[in-house]
Amino acid sequence: MVRVDGRGNGSSLVRVRGLDKKYQRGSEEIHVLQGLNLDVDKGDFVAFMGPSGSGKTTLLNLLGGIDLPTAGTITVAGDEITHLSGSKLTAWRARHVGFIFQMYNLIPVLTAFQNVELPLLLTHLSKADRRSHVELALEVVGLKDRMHHYPRQLSGGQEQRVGIARAIVADPTFLLCDEPTGDLDRKSADEIMDLIVRLVREHKKTVLLVSHDPVAAERAHVVLHLNKGVLVEGQKTGGIVGARS
Amino acid sequence: MKYFALILSNLFRKKIRTVLTIGSFAVALFLFGLLAVVRGAFNQGIAAAGVDRLMVMNKVSIIQPLPVSYNERLLRIPGVKAVSHANWFGGVYQDERNFFPQYAIDDDAYRAVYPEYLVPDDQWQGYLNDREGAVVGEDLARRFHWKVGDRIPIKGTIFQGVWEFNIRGIYHGKQVQDDTTQFWLHYKYLEERANAYWKGLVGWYWVRVDNPDDSVRVSKEIDQTFSNSPWETKTDTEKAFATGFAKQAGNIQLLILSIGAIVFFTLLLVTGNTMAIAVRERVRDLAVLKAVGFSDVFVLVLVLAESVLIAALGGVLGLGLAKLLTLGGDPTHGMLPLFYLSPQTAMVGFAVALAVGVVAGLLPALSAMNLNVVDALRRV
Repeated sequence: MVRVDGRGNGSSLVRVRGLDKKYQRGSEEIHVLQGLNLDVDKGDFVAFMGPSGSGKTTLLNLLGGIDLPTAGTITVAGDEITHLSGSKLTAWRARHVGFIFQMYNLIPVLTAFQNVELPLLLTHLSKADRRSHVELALEVVGLKDRMHHYPRQLSGGQEQRVGIARAIVADPTFLLCDEPTGDLDRKSADEIMDLIVRLVREHKKTVLLVSHDPVAAERAHVVLHLNKGVLVEGQKTGGIVGARS
Repeated sequence: MKYFALILSNLFRKKIRTVLTIGSFAVALFLFGLLAVVRGAFNQGIAAAGVDRLMVMNKVSIIQPLPVSYNERLLRIPGVKAVSHANWFGGVYQDERNFFPQYAIDDDAYRAVYPEYLVPDDQWQGYLNDREGAVVGEDLARRFHWKVGDRIPIKGTIFQGVWEFNIRGIYHGKQVQDDTTQFWLHYKYLEERANAYWKGLVGWYWVRVDNPDDSVRVSKEIDQTFSNSPWETKTDTEKAFATGFAKQAGNIQLLILSIGAIVFFTLLLVTGNTMAIAVRERVRDLAVLKAVGFSDVFVLVLVLAESVLIAALGGVLGLGLAKLLTLGGDPTHGMLPLFYLSPQTAMVGFAVALAVGVVAGLLPALSAMNLNVVDALRRV
């Protein structure tokens, strides 16, 4: 169940309360998020939509622990992350968050295999175990045969698949996708969305996705709109408003 | 070890730039190696100087002689363990460019003062038994391809005429800094053949003391003993003498240190700039690493490791080249007999290279460490 009214029960995987984020741009103060509430359960697939500058990416950054709120709390799987120190937040990210970026953000000097392996370098897995995890992740995204290719040798869609493999390889608590199809043509975008939907359906992943693309957002269980710093429940997708289809 | 691939991949992101930076380190360390060798060569006497040896020379100048009769009087001074004397022969072998030091020595006494020079007993005996015998250092023998039994003609300059010697022995040094380029002949043979002026005269004395702590007192007592005589003396420790001798060539040490400091400072700027550019170019990559869960300290160490690896590769290359170049020994054929790169000097050079690597990488590494992930990911 996804709720934005702050009345979700304590069992939510992601629980956001009174989230505020202000930026200072010169002398002007920009209030991006204003007392935002959100509850997301395990296995939910939520899409955030809204005009540019509405705070979608800011919300995603806050949920992923790479930015800090001005006020409010974020609790993920029982851990309140808003008060964690920098190093603890980094360690928390390694365990719980899988990022999928619009521009893929693969490291160009590393092969697909090495890019996907990155999050596993932070674990105590042996080399052989790391290898089997990476191969599995690349198999899930259909790129096992390209694992020794460098990003420059891959198409945009393939690069994003490697990005997805990197995001899922350490089996994080949830995936944060920031415009994952924003740099792709329609066909590749659909393929990426198919893959994300498959991760939710078959691998029970929790996915929070930011997109400008209504076609991509429609694939989510729930679409939430950010408007003037607050979340507004969107149209139902395949059934009940705010609930998984 | 699991991060090595990451470090190496980043390092060779811009191959030409990395190779050039490694080349800068290599050139600097090569220069450091050569300068250190030259400095060591100039200070060879200081390094080889015995702590328990004094040099007694004529107060006027080292080229003025002293009477051989001082030998017995020196031995009677309390604290003196052994006394030996030597004369500078100064002959020419084949060509004036073939310089090497030739000393007329008083045989067993000389060995008692210089126990670090080792001659096989049978060779030494052969030398003692041959009036025209000579003992040469192993480096000198190697230089002219001499072997025991060879007959060597030397044209005298101070002591006129052509002198022929039979090589009866080859001495070795106990330590690498020991000078093995000397040529020894019998003092008795010199005195016998030299003109009347030289009868009963020696060039200088070497005195070995019982206790090095006594050197100052013994030196004073020696000079007092011979004061107000026609042959007054000036006594110093061998180290002080060698230092003074080295200084005659100018302040080589200051010159070399100045050049070295300038080279390393330039290297610091070059490498620092390279690392700063390298970090600026991959701000997004570093931000991704942080987003994925790599700590700030990891990012700091990653950048530092790259800088240090460049320094280490350049250092090994440069010092290796310096070692190779100096393997041939003294390029001056006799002026700088101890022309070699010691392992200690190479280690100092390597440590300095690593230190430059750390300092050069520090600022870029700190800026990488303090990188804001959100801002960095926003950059296109």
